[in-house]
Amino acid sequence: MSVDSTPDQTTGDGSNTEALPRRKRATLVDHSIRYGFLGLLLGLIVFFSIFASGFAGPRSAVFIFQSVAITGILALGVTCTLVVGGFDLSIGSVATSSMMLAAYMMVIFEQSAFVTIVACLAMGAFIGLINGLLIVKTRVPDLLATLGMMFLLVGLQRIPTEGRSIATGMTLPDGSTAEGTFSPFFLAMGRHRIDLVLEDLIPVSVIFLIVIGILVWIFLEMTRHGRLMYAIGSNERAASLTGTNVNNYKIMAYMISGTLASVGGMLLAARLGRGDIASGTNLLLDAVAAALIGFAVLGAAKPNAFGTAMGALFVGILLQGLTMMNAPYYTQDFIKGFVLVIALVFTFSLSARKAGSH
Amino acid sequence: MSTLSCRISAIDKAFGENRVLCKLSLDLPAGTVTALMGANGAGKSTLVKILSGVHARDGGSIELLGAPFAPATPSQAIRAGVVTVHQNINDGVIPDLDVASNLMIDQLAERQYGFMIKRARLLAEARRVAARMGLDDIDVRTPVSELGVADRQLIAIARAMAHEPKLLILDEPTSSLSAAEAERLFALIETLKAHGVAILYISHRMSDIRRIADRVVSMRDGEISGVFEGPEIDYEGAVQAMLGHRMTEVDITIPPAGQPVVGLRDVRLKADSPAFSLDLGDKEIVVVTGLLGSGKTALAQALFGMASPYAGTITLDGKPFAPKSPGDAVRRGVFMSPKDRASNAVIQDFDLARNMTVPFLSRYGRLAFIDRRKERRTAQDMIDALSIVCQSEADGIGTLSGGNQQKVMLGRWLAQPSRLLILDEPFQGVDIRARRDIGRKIRETARDRATLVLVAELDEAFEIADRIVVFHDHAAAAEFRNENIDVNAVLAAVTGSPADARGKSRQAA
Repeated sequence: MSVDSTPDQTTGDGSNTEALPRRKRATLVDHSIRYGFLGLLLGLIVFFSIFASGFAGPRSAVFIFQSVAITGILALGVTCTLVVGGFDLSIGSVATSSMMLAAYMMVIFEQSAFVTIVACLAMGAFIGLINGLLIVKTRVPDLLATLGMMFLLVGLQRIPTEGRSIATGMTLPDGSTAEGTFSPFFLAMGRHRIDLVLEDLIPVSVIFLIVIGILVWIFLEMTRHGRLMYAIGSNERAASLTGTNVNNYKIMAYMISGTLASVGGMLLAARLGRGDIASGTNLLLDAVAAALIGFAVLGAAKPNAFGTAMGALFVGILLQGLTMMNAPYYTQDFIKGFVLVIALVFTFSLSARKAGSH
Repeated sequence: MSTLSCRISAIDKAFGENRVLCKLSLDLPAGTVTALMGANGAGKSTLVKILSGVHARDGGSIELLGAPFAPATPSQAIRAGVVTVHQNINDGVIPDLDVASNLMIDQLAERQYGFMIKRARLLAEARRVAARMGLDDIDVRTPVSELGVADRQLIAIARAMAHEPKLLILDEPTSSLSAAEAERLFALIETLKAHGVAILYISHRMSDIRRIADRVVSMRDGEISGVFEGPEIDYEGAVQAMLGHRMTEVDITIPPAGQPVVGLRDVRLKADSPAFSLDLGDKEIVVVTGLLGSGKTALAQALFGMASPYAGTITLDGKPFAPKSPGDAVRRGVFMSPKDRASNAVIQDFDLARNMTVPFLSRYGRLAFIDRRKERRTAQDMIDALSIVCQSEADGIGTLSGGNQQKVMLGRWLAQPSRLLILDEPFQGVDIRARRDIGRKIRETARDRATLVLVAELDEAFEIADRIVVFHDHAAAAEFRNENIDVNAVLAAVTGSPADARGKSRQAA
């Protein structure tokens, strides 16, 4: 029998006198794993509050929330696929497709906000279903299936308008002019602000983020479905041998991811007020970064909704603070990448130590 | 006696607390096929990995042709003349390359070969190697992926022969070969033997061992438990030495027969295996035993919805039972604790309590929400009932010892009543005390269900069974009541020898 079949990772199974000091040191490492990242987040806030004038204040806080709302929602979707041991690279293009579909429905088909929203959600869920079926039934590896889907959607969303953005008054391929307009209700999703203490403080998109974040958190942490999804991510074979329908859960994870991405796309459309072919290019990388940074939060070393939200917030705070300190915009991607790499090193090297690898 | 090729003296190997080899000594004479037998976990693969340079030994010494041998890497072992053909054939060949490249791959990997491939020379040399091994009928330009399993195996061995080995290790080489293909392999082994190569042949197939082995070595618990040689090899003795049957101190009181729960009628697990019938009643613990590849696992898979039997019917409480998935089986009250818990059962990221509750989460709370308190309580009850050694139910599963992990896996399925509980190798990697605890718990709880336990070691079977069914060739070959049991009769049935009292023995082709 080899080591891998009996992973007895007992670290201090020996005599008690020997185990004690080792345990003490372990708690120190444990604490830094658990709270290190949140400490860093706090430090960052304190730093910017002191050095960036105007950073500390409700308006700035809300601005940060708003800037992370869409990526945060997408990141929560990716988190669900990461939980089952998968990965969804198509979320960015699902979001932009949803944005284009929303604009198309309202501007060209002149549909109501309600029909538009239903259509976008259905499209997101359907793409998730296709992703899931590709992965589960045809056994295409998750990265490749969703990468393929990403390319497909990036192309598909341009076909109906021959590659142009959608806005009221645009000329259609058949020569006529698009008469429809964005419904005010739809636009409010991305633009309206709610009074809270201060006038016009909380944007609706932030409320979307918070509600979705709480729902995903409850789903993953407190329901048996979330529990089984984590079981699948940790040991798919063991989960299936307890009678869990692994395939259904995987498909469901991709459908959640697709649906949330379509919500993000609608918020984007509402904020822009048009179907802009050039926007949303950063969504995928930002969302993935937030979800992966989330691994490091509270020493989870696994995808989790709270961590994802914190990861999105971290990136948002960092960029907002740097912008207010007049860091040039072109350094942003570098900083995001740097933070991601550090967070990953943090997660994997430290949690490997925790697991007592050989 | 022929010259000695390899002498292994008192080698030790431990993985953490787990001692795998204890002062193991073994001589391998040149020009001789030594068959090595041992149950799962006996330490065979560790021994092979030490010889082939994958693991370093902790103590002891190995001599190869009189010179000390301590390979640090697999390639050092190969250069020194110890060549291993692993059980998984695709580890030995590269399917996307052609036969010639596969045969010559080790030369290609050497630095002095140069940058460019010399195609003509490569083909010529490959043909020469192939011809020497009697593989003339294979075109060396064929991609390996187009060849059958047997040819791949032969190529892996031929590739090994390019190094002129002194010791050739074959790990379960016939496990995926047909009889005719195996015969080709045996012919090749005979040739190598004549060239003075020492061959260490690891197998569970008695028919292979009878056919090819000059001597049989049995291994058990990291030690050599018997060496059998001479003109008349005592095969049953070898199996006995491998499986062991120290008389157990466990008293079994066989309960009166209960109601039949599961009935298998004329079931055939494989297209070419014989049909058999088997009944499992409640209160009763039936142990199915047999060598590796005897079909124990196939039986468990058929009952747990992972595969459907080739023919025949299965009933559960008188109703037809043909589960399409494990989920289906669990809903009908058929539970299974699989073997190889690390890959099939343990969820490493979960703590002890969460590992226990995975199958029946819907019963811990309403509307898909999990009642954590109820979950913890169940886990604590199980910890007490199974005397699991841990600090609390929130311990990470990886911090528990093997025996305690296994208890958790058992607790997972004891938490709800079942009609049939299947336990596949429940004592795998478990120390003797945990084994007794587990055995006792299985017997205590057996009242309202049928229990099917699959084990390879006879000791374990005698400790727990009311009835022992011996599997051979994917079918029930013999049946014994665990009362004044004749160990030799059981052994005879396990090896499938002609002496089988019931006359149902089937000499494998």
